[in-house]
Amino acid sequence: MTFKTDRKRAQGAGSARSGTMHHWHMMVSSVALVVLLPVFIFQFGATLGGTYLEVIAYYSRPVPATIAALTILVTFYHFRGGVQTLIEDYVHGFARKASIIVMICLSYGAAAFGVFALLRIAL
Amino acid sequence: MADVNRGNRPLSPHLTIYRPQLTSITSIFVRITGNALLITALLIVWWFVAAAAGPDAFATADGFLRSWFGDIILFFSTWGVWYHMFGGIRHLIWDSGRMLDVDKSETAGIVMIIASVLMTIFTIVVT
Repeated sequence: MTFKTDRKRAQGAGSARSGTMHHWHMMVSSVALVVLLPVFIFQFGATLGGTYLEVIAYYSRPVPATIAALTILVTFYHFRGGVQTLIEDYVHGFARKASIIVMICLSYGAAAFGVFALLRIAL
Repeated sequence: MADVNRGNRPLSPHLTIYRPQLTSITSIFVRITGNALLITALLIVWWFVAAAAGPDAFATADGFLRSWFGDIILFFSTWGVWYHMFGGIRHLIWDSGRMLDVDKSETAGIVMIIASVLMTIFTIVVT
């Protein structure tokens, strides 16, 4: 009889030994996005269509700015994991490694641009 | 190793001869929507960066997102993000060991399609 949980038993298994943690990180980020995205969608949707000053004023407020920053961070983290799975399924050889590197850099790069922009607007 | 043709065999699940099913199609669309939403995410980041840069840059990004072409992208993105979210919730339910039977998975697939359409209409009406 073991006191390990199901996930702990699966951790480290599989050919690459990292699939369980990849899946777990996708689960955690998806739960975060189920909360963040609906709030972001309605805030962003209501703000889109306003003037420049209205948009700046709205995203200077702490709650919309933080929701937007968290949504951008978690979305690109989740996308990084998802697109890697897509690439691993359909792209092979050197192109696989190259496209995974490009998509990881693109994901974190875009997240950095988004968060910096929000800080600049809010502060 | 009697198999001398390793690496050059057709790969399962032989998509070209496989009968499309509700479970497979709803799953494929989760993948398509999730990856296509990169375009939307990059457009929204562009919009925020432009807003941070100043009124002129903002006018360009905002003008694009509010053009007819931007409207089309945002319309399909709205459906895509709701669909992907309901697909993700279905995965979370599956991961908990629930609703794994074929009939329940198909019911969940129908719920995903209907809920994503309803939420898209709701989002467009409200915002």
